[in-house]
Amino acid sequence: MAKAKYNWPKRGTTSLIGKQQDRVDGLAKATGAAKYSYDINPPNVLLARALGCPHAHCNIKSIDLSAAAKIPGVIKVAAMKKPGDEIRWQGDPIAVVVGETEGAVAEGLKAIKLDYEALPIFVNDEDLAAAEKADRASGGGGNTQLEKEAPEGTDEDKFADQEIERLLKESAAVVEGYYGIDVITHMCLEPHGATCEWEGKQLTAHLSTQNVSGTASQFATPLEITADEVTIHCDYIGGGFGSKFQADTWNVIAAKLAKEIGRPVKLMLDRDTELKTAGCRPSGYIKVRIGADKDGFVNVWDSHHWGTNGSTPGGVGQEVIPYVFNPPNRRRKRTTILTNASPTRAWRAPNHPQGCAMSQTAYDDIAAKLGMDSYDVFLRNIPTDPEDEAKILKHDRYVEEMKIAARLMDWKAKWHAHGKGPAKGSVVSGLGMAIHTWGGGGQAGGCLIRIHPDGGVEVSLGSQDLGTGTRTVINMIAAETFGLPIEGVTVNIGSSKYPRSSASGGSVTVAGVSEATRRGSQDSLRKLCELVGKKLDVDPTTLVASKGRIFVEEKADKGLSWKEACSLLGMTPQEVKGEFQRADDNHLSSSIVGGVQMAEVEVDKDTGLIRMKKFVAVQDMGLIINPRGATSQIYGAVIMGIAAALFEQRIMDPTSGAFLNAEIADYKLARLGDIGEIVVELYQPDSEYERGVVGLGEPPAISPCAAISNAVANALGVRVPVLPMIPSRVLDALKKARTA
Amino acid sequence: MKDPRSSNGTGGHSRRAFLKGTSAAAAATAFVTGAGVATAADVKPRVVGPGATSVTLNINGKDYELKVEPRMTLLEVLRWQLDLTGAKPVSVDASSGAATVIIDGKPAAANTTLAVACAGKKIQTVESLGGAKPDPVATAFVHNDAMQCGFCTPGFVVSVRAFLDKHPKATEQEIRAGLNSNLCRCGTYANVIMAAMEVVKGGARG
Repeated sequence: MAKAKYNWPKRGTTSLIGKQQDRVDGLAKATGAAKYSYDINPPNVLLARALGCPHAHCNIKSIDLSAAAKIPGVIKVAAMKKPGDEIRWQGDPIAVVVGETEGAVAEGLKAIKLDYEALPIFVNDEDLAAAEKADRASGGGGNTQLEKEAPEGTDEDKFADQEIERLLKESAAVVEGYYGIDVITHMCLEPHGATCEWEGKQLTAHLSTQNVSGTASQFATPLEITADEVTIHCDYIGGGFGSKFQADTWNVIAAKLAKEIGRPVKLMLDRDTELKTAGCRPSGYIKVRIGADKDGFVNVWDSHHWGTNGSTPGGVGQEVIPYVFNPPNRRRKRTTILTNASPTRAWRAPNHPQGCAMSQTAYDDIAAKLGMDSYDVFLRNIPTDPEDEAKILKHDRYVEEMKIAARLMDWKAKWHAHGKGPAKGSVVSGLGMAIHTWGGGGQAGGCLIRIHPDGGVEVSLGSQDLGTGTRTVINMIAAETFGLPIEGVTVNIGSSKYPRSSASGGSVTVAGVSEATRRGSQDSLRKLCELVGKKLDVDPTTLVASKGRIFVEEKADKGLSWKEACSLLGMTPQEVKGEFQRADDNHLSSSIVGGVQMAEVEVDKDTGLIRMKKFVAVQDMGLIINPRGATSQIYGAVIMGIAAALFEQRIMDPTSGAFLNAEIADYKLARLGDIGEIVVELYQPDSEYERGVVGLGEPPAISPCAAISNAVANALGVRVPVLPMIPSRVLDALKKARTA
Repeated sequence: MKDPRSSNGTGGHSRRAFLKGTSAAAAATAFVTGAGVATAADVKPRVVGPGATSVTLNINGKDYELKVEPRMTLLEVLRWQLDLTGAKPVSVDASSGAATVIIDGKPAAANTTLAVACAGKKIQTVESLGGAKPDPVATAFVHNDAMQCGFCTPGFVVSVRAFLDKHPKATEQEIRAGLNSNLCRCGTYANVIMAAMEVVKGGARG
């Protein structure tokens, strides 16, 4: 057989790929039949909850579990920390209570007594001076790039100072700006947790995870078993957004206690602990001076940004400052602030939304300063340097997407200079835009294709459905390859016993499972065609699969039905493994996408309320398997962005370090009535189809914050510096502008 | 009486121990049950708890004889005793809408409704909208991809069903104004609006 060749069907010839497809598990999700980790109820299952430490910074002196253990209905109580341990954020789990009912467990949690020594608290990540005073700030890197080299013998830092001052002085417009974006939490509606059950030495962890294939050993090692004795099972996950890659200590404890008690244990974090400990995004605040020529080209950028990664160093990296744009002269300094808050976890497009919100806002302010259309300033600054183009979306593609977005928004007709639009009473409207880029692309992974003699087809992968519609994508590709209807293929995902797939993070899932499934299916079909070729006495390479038949191309009558073909397998199913390595030369996927987003808002200057009117998102993503699912991803990303731009923030009490709004009622998110009109355009010229599948989870979630902030600035003629733009911040910004 | 700790759990206080309690405690935990009771004077208040008590719940058209503690919410009973896990525990109060069920024709949060208070009422969960002939709201959610992770979806489907029962000819504006009690983190609202509109166009009763 000739060397296997993998390819996508030619555009326009497909029966499923690229067509609108309902989710294959849609009805299960819509009617409650889909079982999440929280829903798995093995016989005799017990409930467990973790107690988060009520203090943001302390040394533990003792944890007294005795009263809790005596509560009727409580089966077991276990400490997760020991005397002498330092707690560095409120909500860090210190103990677990296992019991028969919610009520018993709740009573047990209340009865735990903690003795502690209080330690100094710092939580105000926006206040750089206070952080420095409290010794919580440390240098986090920085670099300088100048067109002119420092003359030999001169001090480089001094030269940079002089050069940046000179460039700013020579600029036609200079903006000295302050921008920021607060910490937000992942707020997965299904909290982190697992239902753990044992059968002898075998552990099954029904884990709410975006990493089905990658967490078994994290259970095995602390439990002193081997990874093959662990099955990670997750048919459905109720949200992850980057926060559910690891096994997490409380889940391992649940497994341990299940073994000790001899009954299954379900431990799901309560909402309060979930928000305090199980995932948040770094904040970012920036002071910047930026200088542009009269056409709006930014020639010099000088910034210092800071923020918190919680109780571990880190935060928004400098590589996203400024975001997408790359001014020829650029100095950026970064400070990281340690706070008594939980360490951050990856959050949909790590760093990018903050980088975008901290820098494309400054570019928009340059437009305001010059009295230019923001569109023209953005267009003028899209990098054309080939070196930049390797890392970000191609210049011409951005230009094309900007044109489409402007048409869909009716940008030119609606545009007015910043703060100069017509007012309806106290309400003004405005437009803003932002652009983004992301890598994505498939990660290594495998799949198993089993064709049964009766015609049934099973495709199994250790992947997961984060909400993307993973099952549907796999199903479409396999069915397309075998020429079957969507119902002709069964997809199995969600078990670590299936061939390894990558974790769902970084927009790699669809590209990864697509590569593995298409390769496996093409190999599998070739193998089946050998039998059909023999039977029909034709060259198997001339055979094609379509409309439920395998036949000689262009001779439809010379062939067999799918069932007849599969019956040639005799008694044994045909099993073929699909494999994909990122280094493989024959790619069905690629990476690097971009997008352009535009927002139109109305702002009431009397109340500070912002209302979304319209939002346009233009996005490329290579070959689109299921446009319906892709469109949903973009709607979702935009709506998440609206929440971060207008509503959501983690509010910390500066004295106690308490996370004050760690309940759904207090942590404001967008609701159905808050979203306005959203227009999604999937940008897919032939060049996109031909570069294969890329991935989409992160990119459309990047631009909304900057685009909405810019729209508000355009409406008001005043920048609301820090996101979310809650009404009080809008009113403060207006007041400050009036008194300035 | 069965050992209260052996079944689906109780607080461990026996009914007898409770009855010996002070009258103040009894008053604080007393429950008046029974549907269609016109006034409190018509019926003698039944005192229950804090131990498990027998209750009959009518769920999706079927009667279930259950033993529940008075402090147990309807959500706990649905999920733990009946394995009806469509309604989800998301918030401590009713602010997420994920535990929405229909009680006597009206949407209610199962996690803020005590199970014992549901005796004699007709409870409808999302599971009743599935099966071989799914409700048009559920199928409209599928056609419009009004779900991503899907954890909020059952609650949303029930809320839309209840809303359209009351407003079968709802306009898009009314839908945008009237369906704000359900929270979705993945951002499926745009699709939910389309799904609800599709049901309106096809007739809310399907």
